[in-house]
Amino acid sequence: MLYNEPSPLEVKVLTRRFGLPNSASIDTYLATGGYQAFRKALGMKPEEIIDEVKTSNLRGRGGAGFPAGIKWSFVPRTSPKPKYIVVNADESEPGTCKDRLLMENDPHQLIEGMLIAGLAVDAHAGYIYVRGEYRYLIDILDKAIAEAYRHGYLGRNLLGSSFHFDAYTHTGAGAYECGEESALLESLEGKRGVPRIRPPFPAVVGAFQCPTVLNNVETYSAVPAIIRDGGAAFAALGTPKNGGTRLFCLSGHVNKPGVYELPMGFNLLRMIEEVGGGVPGGKKLKAVIPGGSSCPVLTAGECDLAMDFDSVAKAGSMLGSGGVVVMDEDTCMVRMALRIMRFYAHESCGWCIPCREGTTWLRKMLARLHGGGGTASDVSLIGELARNMLGRTFCPLGDAAAMPTIALVEKFRDEFEEHAEGRCRYSHA
Amino acid sequence: MPDLVKFTIDGKPVEAAPGTLVIEAARRNGIEIPAFCYYEGLSLQAACRMCLVEVEKAPKLMTACTLPVSEGMVVRTDTPKVAEARKAMLEFLLTNHPLDCPVCDKGGECELQDMTFRYGLGESRFVETKHHVDEKQWSPVVFYDAPRCILCFRCVRICDEGLGVRALGVVNRGVLSEIAPNRGDHLECDECGACIDICPVGALTSGVYRYKTRPWEMEHVGAICAHCSNGCKTTLGVRGEHEIVRGNNRDRSGINGEFLCIKGRYAFDFYNHPERLQTPLMRINGKLEPVAWSRALAAVADKFQEVKARNGRFGVIGSNHTTNEESYYLQKFARKVLGTENIDHHRTGDVAALLGALEGRSGALATVADIYEKKAILIIGSHLALEQPLLAFQVRANVRHHQAHVYVVTEKPVREDQVAAASVRCERGGELEAVEGLRERLQGEPELVILFDDSIQGAAVRKLVEFGQSLGIPVQYVCLLDYSNSRGAADMGLAPGEGGLTLEGMLAAEDLDVLWVVGANPLKSAGLAARNAFVVVQDLFLTETARAADVVLPAASPYEKSGTVTNVCGQVQRLEKALTVVGVKTDLEIAGFLAREMGAAAEMGPWSPERVFDEIRRTVPGYAVSTAVLAAGGAAQSLPLDSAAPLVPHPGGVRSEHNGLFASGTLGRYSRILNAVLERRLERRG
Repeated sequence: MLYNEPSPLEVKVLTRRFGLPNSASIDTYLATGGYQAFRKALGMKPEEIIDEVKTSNLRGRGGAGFPAGIKWSFVPRTSPKPKYIVVNADESEPGTCKDRLLMENDPHQLIEGMLIAGLAVDAHAGYIYVRGEYRYLIDILDKAIAEAYRHGYLGRNLLGSSFHFDAYTHTGAGAYECGEESALLESLEGKRGVPRIRPPFPAVVGAFQCPTVLNNVETYSAVPAIIRDGGAAFAALGTPKNGGTRLFCLSGHVNKPGVYELPMGFNLLRMIEEVGGGVPGGKKLKAVIPGGSSCPVLTAGECDLAMDFDSVAKAGSMLGSGGVVVMDEDTCMVRMALRIMRFYAHESCGWCIPCREGTTWLRKMLARLHGGGGTASDVSLIGELARNMLGRTFCPLGDAAAMPTIALVEKFRDEFEEHAEGRCRYSHA
Repeated sequence: MPDLVKFTIDGKPVEAAPGTLVIEAARRNGIEIPAFCYYEGLSLQAACRMCLVEVEKAPKLMTACTLPVSEGMVVRTDTPKVAEARKAMLEFLLTNHPLDCPVCDKGGECELQDMTFRYGLGESRFVETKHHVDEKQWSPVVFYDAPRCILCFRCVRICDEGLGVRALGVVNRGVLSEIAPNRGDHLECDECGACIDICPVGALTSGVYRYKTRPWEMEHVGAICAHCSNGCKTTLGVRGEHEIVRGNNRDRSGINGEFLCIKGRYAFDFYNHPERLQTPLMRINGKLEPVAWSRALAAVADKFQEVKARNGRFGVIGSNHTTNEESYYLQKFARKVLGTENIDHHRTGDVAALLGALEGRSGALATVADIYEKKAILIIGSHLALEQPLLAFQVRANVRHHQAHVYVVTEKPVREDQVAAASVRCERGGELEAVEGLRERLQGEPELVILFDDSIQGAAVRKLVEFGQSLGIPVQYVCLLDYSNSRGAADMGLAPGEGGLTLEGMLAAEDLDVLWVVGANPLKSAGLAARNAFVVVQDLFLTETARAADVVLPAASPYEKSGTVTNVCGQVQRLEKALTVVGVKTDLEIAGFLAREMGAAAEMGPWSPERVFDEIRRTVPGYAVSTAVLAAGGAAQSLPLDSAAPLVPHPGGVRSEHNGLFASGTLGRYSRILNAVLERRLERRG
């Protein structure tokens, strides 16, 4: 099902089947060109597939934005070990809710993407690691997988070729950390979901100590279109080095929150105004988190910005996982910082010291500050502690907690200082 | 040898083998990079973030514990950035850690305390409430106080990787994370205490030692464990000459590094058991009554003189626990003064047959280090993890660090199966045949160490050695034995000579006039046929044998004397006297006093351990070992030469007790901690 009306400004590539009757069924999928890309890929050499993905400028949609084609090319195809395709469907970043729609409405597109990745790296098995809270998606995915087996798109000798591929779903148990690729692999293997030391990277030593392609749901879901229409066509949809479209999850203070597929490089202000219908109640825009809760906040003045990986990075934040959180002029930024830190303190896996202790310390301080028990030195200390975590934690979760905190304190320091004096201009507390 | 990698640390040119980690390379060059989770020999974690260093061209600080050296690398540990990072980590660590060092059991030897002193912030900025959970007791030996835990996971790793036990894991998440037994609320493990010793802070504490003392109140004495034959160095924490409060080997001296099993770490506690004998006893009107040493010694000497004068029959049974000096002196006393060849000890492995079969071939006996280094190990008969804990630890470390191939031939499944390249099950007695079945695989190995227990004895030992020689590769042997100086007893000649009676023979001889038992308990499992024999027993406790004695002389334990012992691999080590127990005498002193009473002092020579050892070095084949090595606390391996006295073949007389981890003959029976662990297990099974 869909949760919002589509926008006329959308460019529907990955979401083109959204809204069709029974869009998740293989019949609908086949009737709308489904598995044609896989058929085409069977006739291509692995290097050709990878080149096509490179040409498409498809960058990892999980948040880091690493070029997918280059990642695939790191997999040692000739290794005697089995290779694996792993789908990161542990969508947990606050503000992000796109992968669930892709799996709910078009699971075969994801399976086809996995098949093509399998052809590219000589993998014969794939795992979809779904976050524990998305329990209902497992049923949808399992049904789709069963359909694909019945129709000969999974299993042995697919479409008369010598290619085999098996797909499995695997559920997490509700840990944000398991969205970090190496922790996901640990969890997939049945161990405690804590990150691994890298290098080696999953492309070389991944699932079950074997070479592994690990991408986000949206990344795999883009692959059939790339093979079908060519990498160049996909690349042309976006900006240089940022190919294709992106599913943006517009939330917070907008009139029409929802998931919208827009070309890479779409202007952020335009997204809020024209796609999201502006800020409710005629209020002024105060700030935007452009890519999920781990991304540094942008002030309203910084929002006239092309939404692609490079432009957002240049503005000092990250495009991240596409979770665009809009805040109006009545939003308390101390409360925002507290809300974010509660999440990260709750989700820290406990493996490394700075994240484990830092997030909890910051949560306690922010709660005290927000509750009116702050002191003048707290404001500087919050920033300093976040900086003490930054770049020193085992995995990016520590940075994910530190970065938004640093930005909030820097950009809205006056609000923090008022709280330290026991005042909140929004007096919501 | 591959070319060394050249790079710099803090501007100092450094060389290291490829693959060396920066933290190790720095350490070897005198530059400390602090770390909690990094632990030599265990898998890498990079969890504590204390070892962050600056590396030229790297955008972020790097963990020195996961970073291999590379050519031209420029590493800095002395920059403000690094100092700041260390301060920050320690500040984070101390947020939920109790700051009650004055009453913490670890105070004074706590790595967190030391690191904070050296690298920490001088003040605390944390004013929030600390997270608290109550302390838990996991076993009679192990207590866990979660708030003190810094989650370095050393305990989890030593248990998994070092011991192969896998008793510990992590529960909960984030700041609520805790170490927990994998069996829920209690441990089902070897109770070796390695997790406690490896803990850098006061999170894991020992049920035996906790809150008894401050570390600086102890003197540390290097002793050799009194229990099994592996010969682990155990550093005893001794307070005030009369009390042992702790055993560990944190200084990694000795052949065992830091390894100790439950016996070495805790089971020293027999020494002050309430039933410890501290005064001689004499049978007066049918009852054992306390008497003075002078009276007891005179009575024994008079009896010995009388029996000797009428050409009566003596039987002398020596010990698996006494020092080489005591065993040597005892057999010399028996042969020279009493004029008997009826001398024996409880043989637990046929080391005599092995020495005979090896015919003095040098290098044919494996050392404890060989078991860690050689490419292939064959284990015959023994459940090594339970019966020979150090050797088992070495085998596992060898597999982990050098990918050694392990072959197991046993009757029942054993823990070594976990790491074995091949495990073969066979009936007791079918071992040689099963080993023959492995011939092809063993021939493919570059070298081999064979460990065998009492399932191979007598003629089978020679066959095993012939099998080894036929493989065409260098083969070394270890004849597995039970007790702390089983090997020394055999080497020193506690065995019958021409015409002499064996242990069983003595017990069965109806015409025996005197039975002299030193540190052994043969009557526990057998009767004494000679009803009127005068029985003299030297022991720590009133054992079954002592109860049948006419005179009982209270003996000193191995921790109360100096001397040397020889471990299962033939490695000689020195014992240092750790404490004094009032009223007892060493077995060497007792024999010396008896010699004097009998007017044989000149013949026997002085009974100082040093002088006796000099004589051993001169006269016992293979024992001309380096005294310098011993004096420095090292182990010197004796040569595989036939022992001092001709060893009469003794079919069926070799019998191992196959003691597990919680038993070890008489000493084990009087160890309260071993009993407590056993009782707890029985209760649980209840």
